[in-house]
Amino acid sequence: MDMHSLYLIVPLAPLLGAIVAGLFGKWLGRTWSHRITITLVAVSFFASLAIFQDVSAGNIFNGPIYTWLTSGDTSFQVGFLIDKLTVTMMLVVTFVSLMVHIYTIGYMEEDPGYQRFFSYISLFTFSMLMLVMANNFMQLFFGWEAVGLVSYLLIGFWYTKPTAIYANLKAFLVNRVGDFGFLLGIALVLMVFGTLDYQTVFTNAHNYANDLAPIPGVSWNLITAICILLFIGAMGKSAQFPLHVWLPDSMEGPTPISALIHAATMVTAGIFMVARMSPLFEMSDTALSFVLVIGAITALFMGFLGIIQNDIKRVVAYSTLSQLGYMTVALGASMYTGAIFHLMTHAFFKALLFLAAGSVIIAMHHDQDIRNMGGLRKYMPITWITSLIGSLALIGTPFFSGFYSKDSIIEAVQLTHIPGASFAYFAVVAGVFVTAFYSFRMYFLVFHGEERFGKPHHDHDDHGHDEHHGLAPGQKPHETSWVITLPLILLAIPSVAIGFLTIGTFLHTDYFGDAIFISDEHPAMHEMYEHYEGAVGMALHGMTTLPFWLAVAGVASAWFLYLKRPEIPALIQKRFSWVYTLLDQKYYFDRFNDWFFAGGARGASRFLWKFGDVKMIDGFFVNGSAKVVGMFSGVLRGFQTGYVYHYAFWMIVGVSALLTVRTWFA
Amino acid sequence: MIFGYPLLSVAIWLPIIFGLLVLATGNDRNAPLARMIALVGAVLGLLVTIPLYTDFDRMTSAMQFVEMKEWIRHFNIHYHLGVDGISVLFILLNSFFTVIVVIAGWQVIEKRVAQYMAAFLIMSGLINGVFASLDAMLFYVMWEAMLIPMFLIIGVWGGPNRVYAAVKFFLYTLLGSLLMLVAFLYLYLHSGGSFEILDYHQLPIPLNAQILIFIAFFFAFAVKVPMFPVHTWLPDAHVEAPTGGSVVLAAIMLKVGAYGFIRFSMPIAPDASHELAGFMIALSLIAVVYIGLVALTQADMKKLVAYSSISHMGFVTLGFFIFNAYGMEGALLQMISHGFVAGALFLCIGVMYDRVHSRQIVDYGGVVNTMPVFAAFFMLFAMANSGLPGTSGFVGEFMVIMGAVKVNFWYAFAAASTLVFGAAYTLWMYKRVVFGAVANDHVKHLHDIGAREILVMAILAISVLVMGLYPLPLSEIMHASVNDLLVHLARSKI
Repeated sequence: MDMHSLYLIVPLAPLLGAIVAGLFGKWLGRTWSHRITITLVAVSFFASLAIFQDVSAGNIFNGPIYTWLTSGDTSFQVGFLIDKLTVTMMLVVTFVSLMVHIYTIGYMEEDPGYQRFFSYISLFTFSMLMLVMANNFMQLFFGWEAVGLVSYLLIGFWYTKPTAIYANLKAFLVNRVGDFGFLLGIALVLMVFGTLDYQTVFTNAHNYANDLAPIPGVSWNLITAICILLFIGAMGKSAQFPLHVWLPDSMEGPTPISALIHAATMVTAGIFMVARMSPLFEMSDTALSFVLVIGAITALFMGFLGIIQNDIKRVVAYSTLSQLGYMTVALGASMYTGAIFHLMTHAFFKALLFLAAGSVIIAMHHDQDIRNMGGLRKYMPITWITSLIGSLALIGTPFFSGFYSKDSIIEAVQLTHIPGASFAYFAVVAGVFVTAFYSFRMYFLVFHGEERFGKPHHDHDDHGHDEHHGLAPGQKPHETSWVITLPLILLAIPSVAIGFLTIGTFLHTDYFGDAIFISDEHPAMHEMYEHYEGAVGMALHGMTTLPFWLAVAGVASAWFLYLKRPEIPALIQKRFSWVYTLLDQKYYFDRFNDWFFAGGARGASRFLWKFGDVKMIDGFFVNGSAKVVGMFSGVLRGFQTGYVYHYAFWMIVGVSALLTVRTWFA
Repeated sequence: MIFGYPLLSVAIWLPIIFGLLVLATGNDRNAPLARMIALVGAVLGLLVTIPLYTDFDRMTSAMQFVEMKEWIRHFNIHYHLGVDGISVLFILLNSFFTVIVVIAGWQVIEKRVAQYMAAFLIMSGLINGVFASLDAMLFYVMWEAMLIPMFLIIGVWGGPNRVYAAVKFFLYTLLGSLLMLVAFLYLYLHSGGSFEILDYHQLPIPLNAQILIFIAFFFAFAVKVPMFPVHTWLPDAHVEAPTGGSVVLAAIMLKVGAYGFIRFSMPIAPDASHELAGFMIALSLIAVVYIGLVALTQADMKKLVAYSSISHMGFVTLGFFIFNAYGMEGALLQMISHGFVAGALFLCIGVMYDRVHSRQIVDYGGVVNTMPVFAAFFMLFAMANSGLPGTSGFVGEFMVIMGAVKVNFWYAFAAASTLVFGAAYTLWMYKRVVFGAVANDHVKHLHDIGAREILVMAILAISVLVMGLYPLPLSEIMHASVNDLLVHLARSKI
């Protein structure tokens, strides 16, 4: 089969699955729906593997599929750019998607929306693939919004839950705020370059290095303006401060999609986008510095929030936010390959952590409160071991995948000199302790210590709200079925090994080739090449550095506070209640947004409507002029009584008036 | 003249003749027959317009399928028809929607069926006449005549406050058109006794006169679009109109106003258009932002979609008055897309209204539980209304924003706010109406859409998706005419 058809098969196979399961799901039944969608995603995965081989052999493709629209001299194409960067993303997306598809068989077993769910996640896979395979900004935006749509549909999958349909609307709108910037960035690109084709834009970018942006009233550098506008899109999609607010709430969706969309793939679209745009970002230190600082804020401050969460999924969600911050920091430090590398390792271990959390949730009969768990390792050995692996990878234990990617990022930030680098360095290093602490707090509370399940829930948030969740008194959790544990095992393998195996290729050879461009003015990456002493050497060296010991300290503190002396956290909470409240309120972002943006928009809406439309335009002008006409005609009507003597009277008055005037002037 | 028949005349008169036939079936005892004839008429009316697309010469900007006959010799008025790459699309859209409204009103309308169907068919013919007229007087006659069926549709089959709405609709639009008539008379005298629209395009006119002409046309067309601040008739008209009336109003009638700008105002008074572009752009952006905000808190679904229509039409007038290809073609695509999307949304609201007899958002909640198929369609149209890529709603907005940034970044900035506002008002409404637990007994006893409703929805859904994924066939047909218009606009006519 020629490569072109293979390129098409990769996105179209999941799309076909989505259409079949969506339209004919009822008729096909559950089993056939999942068989068909899983097979087609598997096809997509293996096709991606074949393409990977081909691209590794040096065959890069960049070409159109069809012309979407032409206007003026511009032709808007739908097309593919298949290079190392694309194919890496394709492998990550299809592999995680395949795992999640399989896992869903078990997780959604009893859900009435089974076929619909499969349809959505296949549609998501299609959209995400279109996003990463795009060779132009228009299609990028297409995929960008399409993944947003599926995310919206999936967060609100349980549409009778008020929190879920609040969360999905919020997610969509916050993303739209990001897309607002993104679209304007694209518009500037089109205006300046006359095309939306990546290759043409990237090769011509240097001609505009010193131009000012055509924005009346501000004098910004053109490339800086484009990059920052595009990055605002990334802030929405990749949940960077201050547009991060939607991601924790997105946990209202079923767990498989938290793993697929809100951890491994969709939220990394922003990271991918910036890496793809490296030729543009490299031209603007201002933009990079902005990226770096935003990433650093997200990495550290979102991590803090993870510490006080009690919902198992929300802990993982805040850890995702924080890790996305790390990736963004890597981008800001011009270490695009490091960001993609962390994106990949994170995709595996975070999908693993989410799916493991889902496994725990099933075993706990949909109780998600970690305060009601404890000691689960006895009952769910596979979930336990795989969770441990995932957590170790997340905190950056040497030899695990997360170590290689995160340590490289920290090192790169240390070597960077753009403004904000020292703050970013502090944030990512301090973040290591925080990550280790909240990860192992959760791990210990769930798998170790006293068994707290099967008791009446004394301190449960929505106590009495949902009768059938949680284990009944005396009931014991048990390991979940193989369709759930198999993906855990398959994801645990790369979570351990992928970093060790691929860091050499990724970071210390010219793996991505022309897909990623790094300017000579940002030598951090280059300096790292020189220090590299092999995967084993790096891990051994890692054990002597500060981040490693911070991670150890984090784990130790979690152990001490939550296993050894579990009464202490409550005391701390009481002693520093203002800190706790601040964190519990998520720095008051949601409150503020609700009050200022949502409330403000509703208030403005009501005012403009009641005052502008109803009172001024309709009341004063339209009905007012009608009233004037009415009054005027009322006066005139007074003259038309129908009585002959009235008319005769006015006739006489008129005649005498005329006569008077005439004699007067004569 | 192709296939041996005058295509445009057939497109105009065939629906009208069928309309009269339907009317002849008389009272409601013959309702099934009336429906059948109406359907046949509508489908035939659509079929005869297909050659307009397939045989259209995409290379030229000249008028095609031209018919020319003397009508009133004394005033030099002709029955002069013809279409270019701009007007042809709207004849197709109009004929398409006639079929949709006939099917949509199939069982819903039970009283005065023949008269209802006849009104739509006759209106369809007249609207085709508006788009095909090349003689100003012919245009004026068609323009005014098309108001009458709509006035009746709102006034007879409308809601409780229908008389206020119908009169408001009629007076608002009539007042505007009278000024247009004055402009025509001036042009008639100025051109030495011609009512040929194409002659007017070439006629040199001093700037002062151009500005006056522009303003006269502005009142006629701005009311129809409708542009801020002469938009307040639309929410009332929509709320009171029966579903079919709202569909045609949104999908076609509003387009007539926008069409007026590019057929009359801009080519006849290009210098004035440039002179007043800032004013037009300001009004358009106010429509996008202000009306977008006003839509947010509407309690009545139809009012909400009506405001959303005004906001979306703001993109059309914005696209026209930024004078570049992206903007102009984007605006035209937006007009077509808005037809599909707003039409579909009014049908969706109609589906719920037929069952619950309320348009208030608070009377709903959890509709998806009882009407899952309907909810899926509604979701698609709601997303299209929010301008999601892959649906038709994206194409026009995207192009207009791309065009606006060329003129002034801040125009694009204001216009792009619709990404947030459009999504906010549409999806918030969707959330309150469709999502959630079953809110009340009415919702609990809803039955999902049947075959007839599915057919209508599916046709529109496919249109929305095809146009979103592959708009090229539509844009191709308009290139030559749009380029010609842009060249024409760049030349001074003083």
